[in-house]
Amino acid sequence: MADLGTYVVSILIIIGAFFALVASVGLIRLPDVYSRMHAASKAGTLGSGLMLIALAIYSDDLATITRALIGVVFFLLTAPIASHLLAKAAYAVGYRLSDLSVMDEMSKSDQN
Amino acid sequence: MSAQDVLDMSINIALVLLSLAFLLTIIRIVKGPTLPDRILGLDMLVGAAIGYIAVIGVKTGYTLYVDIAIALGLVGFLATVAFARFILVRGQADEGGMEDGHELDADAMIDHKIGELGANATPADNQEKQGS
Repeated sequence: MADLGTYVVSILIIIGAFFALVASVGLIRLPDVYSRMHAASKAGTLGSGLMLIALAIYSDDLATITRALIGVVFFLLTAPIASHLLAKAAYAVGYRLSDLSVMDEMSKSDQN
Repeated sequence: MSAQDVLDMSINIALVLLSLAFLLTIIRIVKGPTLPDRILGLDMLVGAAIGYIAVIGVKTGYTLYVDIAIALGLVGFLATVAFARFILVRGQADEGGMEDGHELDADAMIDHKIGELGANATPADNQEKQGS
């Protein structure tokens, strides 16, 4: 029964690291800052959160478990706010979407 | 193969994957091409560092570092918010990513843009909202 927890921790760690890698590959491959933000904030947050949850499952200590879970909650609360602020600032200042973008719903000029 | 062996192996795999993630993120930070890209890279770097600390906590049992991870998350959040404000204050984007030439006179640009923002930003926004 103790083995089961160890296997779960192994799987969570690998999945979390994989998601962190996917986020950074998205950071390299995607064309503009707005689409890169999808990769960095969603996949990156999921990766770190899964690894912190793995630490919480692995640990026997109540203090460590609460700290890891508080870290997850805190990270889930702050990451979307930071990304949203950054995207709004970049858009307000005029960084353009890539040419591959299909539409820009916030655009004021080319509304029909 | 015991459960502990599986755990050791998956920790090593995870550390390799996380190191690759660090490397790719740093390539993006160095390449740019714009300031928001670099800030996004720094944000991602903080996230990957928190994950790394969690894996190290499982590997070595030094869970003291989880406190540091929480503090790192707070500092990363505040840094991103501050940088977003900086992008807003700095004003109009320079397309093409040739920002290095402009870093030198950033102070003069900030002074200039603060004046412009104070005079124009809010009324212009309101007019656009009424028009649409």
